[in-house]
Amino acid sequence: MLDLFYLVILLPLIGFLHNGLLIRKISNRVAGTIGTLAVFIPFLITLGAFFEFNPMVRQDPHLFKILSWIEVGSFKVDFAYQVDQLSLYMTLIITGIGSLIHLYSIGYMKKEEGFVRFFSYLNLFIFSMLNLVLADNLVLTFLGWEGVGLCSYLLIGFDYHKAEAASAGMKAFVVNRMGDFGFILGMAWIYWFTGTLRYTEIYAALPMLDEFQIYVNWIAFFFFVAAVGKSAQIPLYVWLPDAMAGPTPVSALIHAATMVTAGLFLIARLNIIYINAELTSSLIAWIGGITAFFAATIAIFQNDIKKVLAYSTVSQLGYMFMAMGVGAYVGGLFHVMTHAFFKALLFLGAGSVILGLHHQQDISKMGGVSKHMKITALTFLIGTIAISGLPPFSGFFSKDLILEKVFAQSQYGIYLWVIGAVTALMTSFYMFRLLFLVFFGKERYDSQNLDHGSHSSHGGHSVHESPLTMTLPLFILSVGAIFAGFVQTPFYAGGINLLDKYFAPIFQSGIQLKEHWALIIPSNYSAESFHLTHATELILVTISISLAIIGLTLAYVKFVKNSQFTSSEQTGFKKLITNKYYIDEFYDTIFVKSYIRMNKFIAHTLDAKGIDRFFMSLGLGFGIVSGLFRRVQTGFVGDYALYIVLGVIAILSFVLVRGV
Amino acid sequence: MIDSFIEGIPLHHILILAGILFSIGVAGVLTRRNAVLIFMSVELILNSVNLVFVSFSKVLGTVTGEVIVFFVMALAAAEAAVGLAIVIAIFRQKKTSNVDEINLLRG
Repeated sequence: MLDLFYLVILLPLIGFLHNGLLIRKISNRVAGTIGTLAVFIPFLITLGAFFEFNPMVRQDPHLFKILSWIEVGSFKVDFAYQVDQLSLYMTLIITGIGSLIHLYSIGYMKKEEGFVRFFSYLNLFIFSMLNLVLADNLVLTFLGWEGVGLCSYLLIGFDYHKAEAASAGMKAFVVNRMGDFGFILGMAWIYWFTGTLRYTEIYAALPMLDEFQIYVNWIAFFFFVAAVGKSAQIPLYVWLPDAMAGPTPVSALIHAATMVTAGLFLIARLNIIYINAELTSSLIAWIGGITAFFAATIAIFQNDIKKVLAYSTVSQLGYMFMAMGVGAYVGGLFHVMTHAFFKALLFLGAGSVILGLHHQQDISKMGGVSKHMKITALTFLIGTIAISGLPPFSGFFSKDLILEKVFAQSQYGIYLWVIGAVTALMTSFYMFRLLFLVFFGKERYDSQNLDHGSHSSHGGHSVHESPLTMTLPLFILSVGAIFAGFVQTPFYAGGINLLDKYFAPIFQSGIQLKEHWALIIPSNYSAESFHLTHATELILVTISISLAIIGLTLAYVKFVKNSQFTSSEQTGFKKLITNKYYIDEFYDTIFVKSYIRMNKFIAHTLDAKGIDRFFMSLGLGFGIVSGLFRRVQTGFVGDYALYIVLGVIAILSFVLVRGV
Repeated sequence: MIDSFIEGIPLHHILILAGILFSIGVAGVLTRRNAVLIFMSVELILNSVNLVFVSFSKVLGTVTGEVIVFFVMALAAAEAAVGLAIVIAIFRQKKTSNVDEINLLRG
């Protein structure tokens, strides 16, 4: 199956071209089938290749090339791909979750305009994402990186006639571009040092370069800037909540399960740099921790079902960055996978509710939905338990692994652990708040007026369960959300460490380089992790489980027992959080408004009154001077002859006076 | 016979004659309005120069001046051919050979 691996990359492209070029010619059924198969077949191939590659044994990557791309002197970039443990892992997530979401979209988008367009964009996204994770060089990764950014823009602004969606797409694109600047800088530095952009060659070259040690933190920082943009961390997280203007399957696929984890992937892919960049790693850990906390506080007060999930995604991504920052790469990647399952599940469940309630997204107008949507309610419950970190669901294992590794970090680990634990409490609270408000309690929606506006055409005023194409992915994802955690468990739950072993070859050379450098220059800055005793681990896990249960109970007491949804007057701190700390307004004032003001100054003052006036007067001056001279040109031959004679006389008299 | 005729004339007489002819030519070019007459005046200028050339050639006893005169004659013939062709072309267009009415290049 490894020989067929090129199909994994090409099939989504073919699906995109087919659906995109025949956009007016084919029916929704054909587009949906082809779009889904173009992702599902690659999933099967990847699965086969996974076993043929035998990742638990094989050390070296499988490299193959499809096409030459750029060749300038010694600089070569190919459409060449690197299949190894990391890229296989990501490809399985992307194609696996991706095909489920494609299947779901067939049901979700059934009545929407632009069904075929939607599927062609989705395929293009999968193609770009696969290029991102499978590329064997940074340039191709960057192509994928920009490609997913483009698809994100296209899909957020899918309902482009809605001003809100169009501007949210633009915001996502522009904010991402700021991060991409860091990617380009990092690439340039790496090329300057090593003369190559292929991962295998970078990994071979870096241990030979001792001066690299001085700059490693800078390079790590540049790529981290890119990761901050793509993975929605402080200060560039603002685009992700707005991105919820896109259709819900898009939020599940791009803005929860796959694209936003690209930043994590980049750090893991360049782990030889990050393992050795201790200063930048601390920065990553702190940014991640603060983002996790900060986003969780916002999520508590959001009333839009998708916004809650969006801030929860930002928060969970913060966890992952925290793990990457303290060197727990396996923990971070583990959470990427479990988060992909339960967050995709939650988003798709939310989509099912939104569709069932005929495009109602406000949770203050929901309640009691579980009576009508049993499957959705059950799967949403599973997702909620998983994200809240209650054992033995998948989120528990990955989150606990991260918290444990953070705690074990010797310098600042304890502070970050407190932040992480409080965030876990808040996560449990806001997720169960969402669950209770949507599915339990009194029905707050007006069932008579559900079908307001344009949707009166598709009949049925009642709340209804979604079709099989939508509930089947929910089932499969639920299974993943429950059991995916059992690939890496702590000692009291079997002590399985499949992922540790699985990823060992990826991080091998980075760790070796660190040991090598530690021998040359004994660093006075060392952030070693200490080993946790079993007793400590048990205490930590007891604390985090109790925190999750406290969160659950608080939500239960507040929203089920007292059963009141109060949208009372918001004052003080609560108002501050409800308005998302006014960060958007802050950015708007500082960056957008001042940029517009600067441009207005340039356009109206500098350009119109300065540059324009200068050149206008310059032109006018030339006009006046040439107006004087043009009178010489009478057009009469006689006059010209006279000038010649006068000229001759002048020259002759000059010669005569001066003497030859 | 001709040789002795020229030998009898002092050089400055010939130069004065050439000067007079040249001045008449220049005056003709400047004052005349008819293109053909201007051409004739130009020929007069050229021939006055030729006269100077041959007389100096004779006085100095070299052939350089005479050779140059042949060049000037060839050039004058070519110039006349081109010039008259232009005059005819203009005449066909404008029905005139009066240079004051041909002022397309006026600034």
